[in-house]
Amino acid sequence: MNKIWWKILSFILLVYTIVCGFLLEVPRLDILNETIRNLYFHVCMWFGMMILFIISFIYSVKYLRGFNYRNDIFARHFAAVGCLFGILGYLTGIIWVKVTWVTDQGQSLGSVLKEPKLIGAAIALLIYGAYFVLRGSFTDIDKRARISAVYNIFAFAMLFPSIWIIPRLVGSLHPGAPGSDSGNPALDKNDMDSTMRMVFYPAVIGWTLLGVWIATLKIRLSIISEKNIFEIKKMN
Amino acid sequence: MNKLILIVIVSFFSTLAFAQAEPQMADVMRSNGKIYDVVAVCLTILVGLFLYVFIIDRKISKIEKNK
Repeated sequence: MNKIWWKILSFILLVYTIVCGFLLEVPRLDILNETIRNLYFHVCMWFGMMILFIISFIYSVKYLRGFNYRNDIFARHFAAVGCLFGILGYLTGIIWVKVTWVTDQGQSLGSVLKEPKLIGAAIALLIYGAYFVLRGSFTDIDKRARISAVYNIFAFAMLFPSIWIIPRLVGSLHPGAPGSDSGNPALDKNDMDSTMRMVFYPAVIGWTLLGVWIATLKIRLSIISEKNIFEIKKMN
Repeated sequence: MNKLILIVIVSFFSTLAFAQAEPQMADVMRSNGKIYDVVAVCLTILVGLFLYVFIIDRKISKIEKNK
């Protein structure tokens, strides 16, 4: 956690993302035009969110296996930074919607609001929001850690249907939906240009590492501030 | 690295070659070099953010050592 190499790697990858993301050639497509470069930022937020939620889920499971309070702190802060990435993804999506779906595709606001991926992502983020409400409502630390770990597993299970499965079943303005000609837009090799792929994957790794870094800072802070709890636990 | 430089160079030539082709891209911005301003602004923000996070990281490390 205190090693420095992956923090530097994150920095280098993000510098690479910005330099190559703006300067390299991208496919010339109608409607998208230059906004296709948002892939390196908007989509990376969601990928980062997924990875952070997966880490949070793993720590919740680990907590339930040994009831080590440390794992609860890890799970909590990874979920928090995951939510931050999700909110950033949502905000960047709003800006992107305005110039592609609303202005150029002539979608009405109503059809954009009915977009299943937006609703699904909102549901997923609200479920994770409830995770923090739930945590805050306990005064007993052990009970809080235990119940919120179980809830976190449930929230993670809900994440997949709400942002991956349902939007691809019912049709969505996002790529990868039935009716659009792409399969899995991020992972299928036919759907993304190889030059874009060269920037996209490092970008995902860079943004995710930045998220992990922020999460570890928060974890270290709360381990320091909750030092007393650890000492009491050791005495018992 | 050489490959990367090659790609950058080739991409600039191809921008010139397809300047008249549809759909419209921000080719003017590329040809007059204003795109570098955008890159510089974004890089400055990125460097600033990382410096900030790095300083917080060091402060926490200091507190951890003192306890």
